[in-house]
Amino acid sequence: MMDLLNILLSDSFWAASLRIATPLIFGVLGALICERAGVLNLGIEGIFVVGAMCGWMAVWLGAGLWGGVLFAALAGAFFGLLHAILTVPLGLSQHVSGLGITLFATSVSYYTYRTALPNVSSPPRIEPFQALDIPVLSDLPFLGPVLFQQTALTWLALLMVGLVWYVMNRTALGVAIKAVGDNPDSVDAQGLSVYGLRMGAIVAGSALMALGGAFLTMSAFDAFFFGMVNGRGWVCIALVIFASWRPGKALLGALLFGAFDALQVRLQTEMGALVPGQVFLMAPYILSIIALVIAARSADYPRALLTPWFKGQR
Amino acid sequence: MAELTALRLIGLSKCFGSVIANDNVSLTLAKGEVLALLGENGAGKTTLMNMLFGHYLPDAGRVEVADETGTLHPLPLGHPQAALAAGVGMVHQHFALAENINALDNITLGSEPLLALKRDRRSARAKIEGIIERSGLSAPLNVPVGRLSVGERQRVEILKALYRDARILVLDEPTAVLTPQEADTLFENIKAMTKDGLSVIFISHKLREVLAFSDRIAVLRHGKKVGEMATAEADEKAIARMMVGADTPKVARRDMAPGMPILKLSNVSVGGRSQRDRLKGVNLTVHAHEILGVAGISGNGQSGLANVISGLAQPEGGSLSVNDTLVTRPGPGAMVRAGVGRIPEDRHHEGIVGAMSVAENMVIERLDDPAIQSRGLLKRDAIQANAEKLAKAYDVRGPGVTAPSRLLSGGNIQKLILARVFERGPRLILANQPTRGLDMGAAAEVGRRLLEARARGAGVVLISEDLDEILGLADRVVVIRDGNLVEAGSHDREKIGLMMAGEPA
Repeated sequence: MMDLLNILLSDSFWAASLRIATPLIFGVLGALICERAGVLNLGIEGIFVVGAMCGWMAVWLGAGLWGGVLFAALAGAFFGLLHAILTVPLGLSQHVSGLGITLFATSVSYYTYRTALPNVSSPPRIEPFQALDIPVLSDLPFLGPVLFQQTALTWLALLMVGLVWYVMNRTALGVAIKAVGDNPDSVDAQGLSVYGLRMGAIVAGSALMALGGAFLTMSAFDAFFFGMVNGRGWVCIALVIFASWRPGKALLGALLFGAFDALQVRLQTEMGALVPGQVFLMAPYILSIIALVIAARSADYPRALLTPWFKGQR
Repeated sequence: MAELTALRLIGLSKCFGSVIANDNVSLTLAKGEVLALLGENGAGKTTLMNMLFGHYLPDAGRVEVADETGTLHPLPLGHPQAALAAGVGMVHQHFALAENINALDNITLGSEPLLALKRDRRSARAKIEGIIERSGLSAPLNVPVGRLSVGERQRVEILKALYRDARILVLDEPTAVLTPQEADTLFENIKAMTKDGLSVIFISHKLREVLAFSDRIAVLRHGKKVGEMATAEADEKAIARMMVGADTPKVARRDMAPGMPILKLSNVSVGGRSQRDRLKGVNLTVHAHEILGVAGISGNGQSGLANVISGLAQPEGGSLSVNDTLVTRPGPGAMVRAGVGRIPEDRHHEGIVGAMSVAENMVIERLDDPAIQSRGLLKRDAIQANAEKLAKAYDVRGPGVTAPSRLLSGGNIQKLILARVFERGPRLILANQPTRGLDMGAAAEVGRRLLEARARGAGVVLISEDLDEILGLADRVVVIRDGNLVEAGSHDREKIGLMMAGEPA
């Protein structure tokens, strides 16, 4: 019991939680924007892989770290546009299109990687984002290591939470996105474009998802390898329900998951002799399922989620 | 008043596939005038208005709208944005409101630049409050629209149009969901606004309000304009004849003495997540040879009452008996066996299985009948013969009894359900909104069948939002409000309306 308390009070635990949560924050925000507009984006897992691969490769080819971030976002936006065209004006099944995007984007990423580097056995490394060392603030006890020694991408993720909250709650654009996900007719009757709003939301959301992937190769690790996304996209799809489609609760959900994950790593080293390691590995997922069961009972889905809309059919 | 023209529709036509929805329709609307657009379901009223508002692109014809100075300009067709800019506002029959945002946001949606970083909510609110003051149409602005009542939502819809400086207001069946008092208030507000130069077109089925509140009447039938007259010179009979193209036989209703009690609810309560499903200790008796009308504003427990009687909901308290036999284990099967016939509210989803054929749907409530099956195998020939017989007797028209039932029109689906219910000779008939969305001919047929069942000795529970229907058919009227039933004691429209609204009569 003392051990657990020691872990929970250590700054390294909380720093790790925030680090693990960062890609999830990007992913949940991205999924949140898509679903608020009424479109489920199951391409998220594949878009994570694309973001991870493109960000890494751009840096490896000499584009610079921020160049890599930009390239990853553009690649994510491209696959988002594909999903948007298939599901919005063409009105195809959002499940099928999303899963197709995931399979396609994952394979294309691996293919590109293999074609570019046919003969390497160990993945080439890049120089990733370094921890920001903010004078004075970094030296604060506890808060310093937890908050002010993270990388720039973690800060970008936190900034995005605020930005998405502001857009959703304080701007006309946010009102229109929420309305188009609830009742597209309301938007159409007021002379706004349902297709434009939905497609724009999917493209923007997908770009954010790709940043989650880019964080993995450009901040958490320094190389791209197969299977590195490892279901993080699917976790985001679950977390967005836990968050009831609200940015603040999305941050909370991502942090909670990050904390579970950081905790299981530490418990594994502490108690690995007693309990098989796999039990700890699955703990975050089991806890997420429990949290979801509780939260999803009262979930207030966007009413038009999954429902295609066609002009002139009322 | 100088007759300034506000709007001209010239030769509008629209086809959907092989169906002609509008055929060369022309209309003129004067400034400050209230024009009522009448016609049966499928006559093309809504299509015409949707073309005016830009939801549909006409195949032929044009529209001219007057600007502030009274000069007519051609309206670019097929763009709601253009219609809004020209001063045309439309209130749809099915509200086009987003329920997760508040009324203020719904009203201002689309009138602000989307990419602006800040919104000017204060001046928007001031403008809306000004409109509310002038028009008398009030609604809470800060609450998510999902929590507003139907009447409030409708006022939000009208405010939406007025906020966009509409000079021409189109209302598609505005009173379908309102109490008589709410409807009267609405029209009084509209009348007041026409004094300031607003022109109004409203679509309605209800002759009473058309005669009371319009200046002029235009009638559509089968997509064509078949008549136009000043309301002052119109009479109910002439309009009805124009709408259906012939005299409709008024449903003859003979007085009858009620017989023994068929259905008894004693202190029945039903829980449920929403108000529409809840019943709070209801007592109700329906006799043989009696039609009991249940009046009320939608969402006051009608679903709960219907679900209890059809066995879909389990009462939490109280008891339920049919034919003096206590129903101990209520369930849909038990109620069907006890002799309850159900005409459900949502005929497309709860009345039929759309993917199954018309013939199969006709026997779906009697699958244990040896005439239909033996040892679990269906007798296809018997089912087919039964369907052909019923389709003829009940005039179910469509692509044939072997076609999937979803291909039938709404009126024919209802006839299918009537055939299925009445063929079993039920002791009690639950008719929930049986004529909603049906045209006058089909509605009259439903009324005739219900009266026939009453003459045969059945009891009927008629739940309807159309007070005229209840007053025309029911022997006795109860009002449902907030999960409670109150005996109306009379057929007085004014009194029942007040009871529906929850005011002491």
